[in-house]
Amino acid sequence: MTQHTNLDHSKHLAALAKERILIMDGAMGTQIQALGLAEEDYSGHGATQKCRHHSDHPQKGNNDLLILTQPEAVEEIHFNFAVAGADIVETNTFSATTIAQADYGMENAVHDLNAEGARIARRAMDRATAIDGKRRFVAGAVGPTNRTASLSPDVNDPGYRAVTFDDLRIAYGQQVRGLIEGGADLILIETIFDTLNAKAAIFACFEAFHDRGAQLPLMISGTITDASGRTLSGQTPTAFWHSVSHARPFTVGLNCALGAAAMRPHIAELATVADTLICAYPNAGLPNAFGQYDEGPDDTAGQIAKFAAEGLVNVVGGCCGTTPDHIAAIAAAVAPYAPRQFRDKVAA
Amino acid sequence: MNRYLRLSGLEPFVLTPDIPFVNVGERTNVTGSAKFRKLITNRDYAAALDVARDQVENGAQIIDINMDEGLIDSKAAMVEFLNLIASEPDIARVPVMIDSSKWEVIEAGLQCVQGKSIVNSISMKEGEDAFRHHARLCLAYGAAVVVMAFDEAGQADTCARKTEICARAYRILVDEVGFPPEDIIFDPNVFAVATGIEEHNNYGVDFIEATRWIRENLPYAHVSGGVSNLSFSFRGNETVREAMHAVFLYHAIQAGMDMGIVNAGQLAVYDQIDSELRERSEDVVLNRRPDATERMLEIAERFRGGAREERVRDLAWRDWSVEKRLEHALVNGITEFIEADTEEARLVAVRPLHVIEGPLMAGMNVVGDLFGAGKMFLPQVVKSARVMKQAVAILLPYMEEEKRLSGGKGRETAGKVLMATVKGDVHDIGKNIVGVVLACNNYEIIDLGVMVPPQKILQVAREENVDVIGLSGLITPSLDEMAHLAAEMEREGFNIPLLIGGATTSKVHTAVKIAPCYSQGQAIYVLDASRAVGVVSQLLSADKKSAYVQGIKAEYLEVIERHERAERAKKRVPLAEARANATKIDWTDYTVAKPSFTGTRIIDDWDLAEIAEYIDWTPFFRTWELKGVYPKILEDEKQGEAARALFADAQAMLKQIIAEKWFGPRAVVGFWPANAEGDDIRLFTDNSRSASLATLHTLRQQHAKRPGRPNVAMSDFVAPLGTDDWVGGFVVTAGPEEASIAERFDQANDTYSSILVKALADRYAEAMAEMLHQRVRRELWAYATDETYAPSELVGEPYRGIRPAPGYPAQPDHTEKLTLFSLLDAEAATGVELTESMAMWPGSSVSGMYIAHPDSYYFGVSKVERDQVADYAARKHMDMQEAERWLAPILNYIPAPLTVIAAA
Repeated sequence: MTQHTNLDHSKHLAALAKERILIMDGAMGTQIQALGLAEEDYSGHGATQKCRHHSDHPQKGNNDLLILTQPEAVEEIHFNFAVAGADIVETNTFSATTIAQADYGMENAVHDLNAEGARIARRAMDRATAIDGKRRFVAGAVGPTNRTASLSPDVNDPGYRAVTFDDLRIAYGQQVRGLIEGGADLILIETIFDTLNAKAAIFACFEAFHDRGAQLPLMISGTITDASGRTLSGQTPTAFWHSVSHARPFTVGLNCALGAAAMRPHIAELATVADTLICAYPNAGLPNAFGQYDEGPDDTAGQIAKFAAEGLVNVVGGCCGTTPDHIAAIAAAVAPYAPRQFRDKVAA
Repeated sequence: MNRYLRLSGLEPFVLTPDIPFVNVGERTNVTGSAKFRKLITNRDYAAALDVARDQVENGAQIIDINMDEGLIDSKAAMVEFLNLIASEPDIARVPVMIDSSKWEVIEAGLQCVQGKSIVNSISMKEGEDAFRHHARLCLAYGAAVVVMAFDEAGQADTCARKTEICARAYRILVDEVGFPPEDIIFDPNVFAVATGIEEHNNYGVDFIEATRWIRENLPYAHVSGGVSNLSFSFRGNETVREAMHAVFLYHAIQAGMDMGIVNAGQLAVYDQIDSELRERSEDVVLNRRPDATERMLEIAERFRGGAREERVRDLAWRDWSVEKRLEHALVNGITEFIEADTEEARLVAVRPLHVIEGPLMAGMNVVGDLFGAGKMFLPQVVKSARVMKQAVAILLPYMEEEKRLSGGKGRETAGKVLMATVKGDVHDIGKNIVGVVLACNNYEIIDLGVMVPPQKILQVAREENVDVIGLSGLITPSLDEMAHLAAEMEREGFNIPLLIGGATTSKVHTAVKIAPCYSQGQAIYVLDASRAVGVVSQLLSADKKSAYVQGIKAEYLEVIERHERAERAKKRVPLAEARANATKIDWTDYTVAKPSFTGTRIIDDWDLAEIAEYIDWTPFFRTWELKGVYPKILEDEKQGEAARALFADAQAMLKQIIAEKWFGPRAVVGFWPANAEGDDIRLFTDNSRSASLATLHTLRQQHAKRPGRPNVAMSDFVAPLGTDDWVGGFVVTAGPEEASIAERFDQANDTYSSILVKALADRYAEAMAEMLHQRVRRELWAYATDETYAPSELVGEPYRGIRPAPGYPAQPDHTEKLTLFSLLDAEAATGVELTESMAMWPGSSVSGMYIAHPDSYYFGVSKVERDQVADYAARKHMDMQEAERWLAPILNYIPAPLTVIAAA
């Protein structure tokens, strides 16, 4: 196991972000879906690699587990995105917390999932770098979990909470330590629909960074769920930024739920209030009746190019429904534009 | 980006330089509010949330939450309350200040808020290490902090101590911890002055000077403080306290204090303070002379007893001219000062009438314009009308006197409108609202109330020489009453316009059935109160009337034609064919629980608070012409504000209704062995099913159906002989009390509350029907003992079985209520009576029958043909013409001879 020099990576990343708009990868889930894997493929029984963690639950749909049971397939997807032009790829660890893995009875696998998930992504990046010499970065993906800390799941008991801040803080802490051990260059707290969950993740990062004696850049990405222009937990984009700005993140932005066109006003709002880099990775439009995304690479890229032309963004990529072709098209479409400029805090 | 304090709840808050002072709401602080402390001690969180909501509605930009009280588990209460607030978007939109002297309470609070809040407070009282530790945690949780000027040696009292501690804290926070300086708020301690102890005399100055120093020397940091401490030695003398607070804030804000926990009700306007009191307050606060305290004490007694009730509004408008004050009171629905202001206006007016025609009407015109432009909503307009009525009531005696002396004429109004709910009908909420809206527009309203016979309407119309008659009705027989009145107007030679409104009325019915009866005048359908003014003003305008009426006539002719075309196009099937296509239910293996009793039972263990939980609020808002689904309507961009205010008023009245037991709810329920027999349902005396008790008649849909769709009658849902089945019946009422309560409000010129209590009584009756139905399913009939729906889930009717009511679409014949009432002996059991039109009195009553089959559902009988009416009349032993009269709204043919209405 090699320990990468994250600090060096951070500086390089910050310098690069000043020069040009950085590119993130696209949807891991969409690529996995395309593989058409069956239960044995997920659980690893009789497949290429036997999973050393046991669970009585069916594992089909547990995409994160593929890190341990189908590592080559996961690495290949990372590699394809890297070759398509991604500077930053996300680890396949969206649900790799004890809370989210509880549904699959895979809580014990959490550390391995995160550490291994980061290593696989690192390997894929190094392979791509060997080809074109471009440096690439691994973002340890931290998802929202399937519980909300500021909303009650029981309409008759609005004061009830299915998960507490401390539950989340502990689960996220375990995940982040695994990601750091595996060599993640950044931590990406994404698809935030309840800001309190994200605040617990930020807290956990601070603790993990403190233990480690150095910090990794943080990327923070909220989700505006619908036309209300608010997060699921009810915050406006500006209120969301105020709630997470103490993380002093490398980027703040939005992903998922909306296609680029619908996301634009909310990204524009963040761009006017946030004194840090702006990151946007929307879905490939909205899902059709079959839950598939039909927006083609050029469509998505065209809309994201407008973000860039307006000077709204520093990092762009894709969420649900976006493929390596989308990423290649996005990278080409934003290449002519300069990254967003912003003023750091100044005197009032 | 500027270094401003940036906070958030669901929405952002930025303390920019153009906000001179942030008033932090302090009423959700158990140490500051006895009321809130009591609510929290009693775990009345619903009312506690209302306190928080009120503060936000009254403009608090941040709310302070403090649960530090010996008898309260402060940490648990903080968590519970913050979690509850998170579920209330109208509260959670503002940031919170988590206020406790215990760090564990603060940290528990920080773990509950998604927004960026303020911690109040941390300090160096336990040393620098603890201070650093707490500050780092605040940073990690993403909160701003209030730092008290407090160290190991105690609270800082002098300016030197205050500035020394704040400077030290600032350096630790900014240089060591990395705290953003704009997120630091210093509290340099407000202490009591004028205590008689000489050392205390300079405390006000110390605070103000420390504030100035902090703002000049500690960049971006803010200054806050709890102001009420200052006047501690004058407690009980609210006037003096208010003056001292106002003076203190005036100077402290100039020195740079930009935030404070202030009881807005304990705050006078600096310029409005009695000049002597202000001068002596300044002497005390600014320590301007050695005898300041004595001099304050000298005059303090004079101001004692001026204690005002807690008030959180901005009263700057009280400085305006009397005309502007009256306008403001009207637009904002404020009755508090109307008496004094009206009197003031009267004294300067030549005649009392000029006050009405001048400033009051000018104000009401503003209301009318805002309403017309959709900027005000009905509940607000009704509140404005309450203000107007109270003002007019003050002027009335003077006008009467003037009239007596001069023999001259009274007030010139825009016109006289007679309003009435027709004979046999008791529903009047909508009529009252229309009356209010018209009155707001300077029409004189003569309201004859409910159940008004036609002769009375016409007699008053003649005597009073009214310009317009407005009729209202809710139940279907009222439609015929209206047509009848139109015919009577024709016969008696009237030609004034006749307005038609109410829930069952429609443009089609007015055009087809009413307008043709009244050719000398014009009957006009008015959709809702918001249209009433436009319609009446055009009808009474000399130059607009004829064009308007011509337009209506042309429109109604078209409506009639379209209606006739549509009716011809609607294919009806013969009754026999409809019966052959009845709902097919397989009864072979059907069993249903036997009810826990047969016969009737009076239900009298009603709890008003429990019923309230079953209220479906959406129709309540519709009553007030606020259209939308509760609770989303409260957040509606346009109507939200009006809806929230209305809802708050409704909740407040609901509390009174419950606490003071305004309503006396009553109900009766019954079950009987029953089987379908053709289109009827036969009820038996006992389960041997040998002796008949009564027959409930039902009507069958007769429109041509697509293949596979049955022609439904209610009897289809009851098992035929051979299978044991039952039906139930019920009558519930919120009680007759509403009428006298509404009357009391009317007497006090408070139409708003009068309409409100009626609307709530209606909701009570509906909620009782829902609640009783659930009890029937779970316990009394007990065919769904394991049903667990919460009250709020019942709105969508997810449960098994239905409770159709006579007079509604599934059984449009109101006379079936007679059978139901006699089976239940409902009048004796509940006090509910039936009028000659089969309306229930009191109006807030609901009746219906229970059917348990899982496939039963609500449907509409819609139009029926002559063959069915003849068959139905025969089954009911009713005269054909009488049956046609009761079924008039659903006849698919013109009865011959034409419906004759028994003119009582």
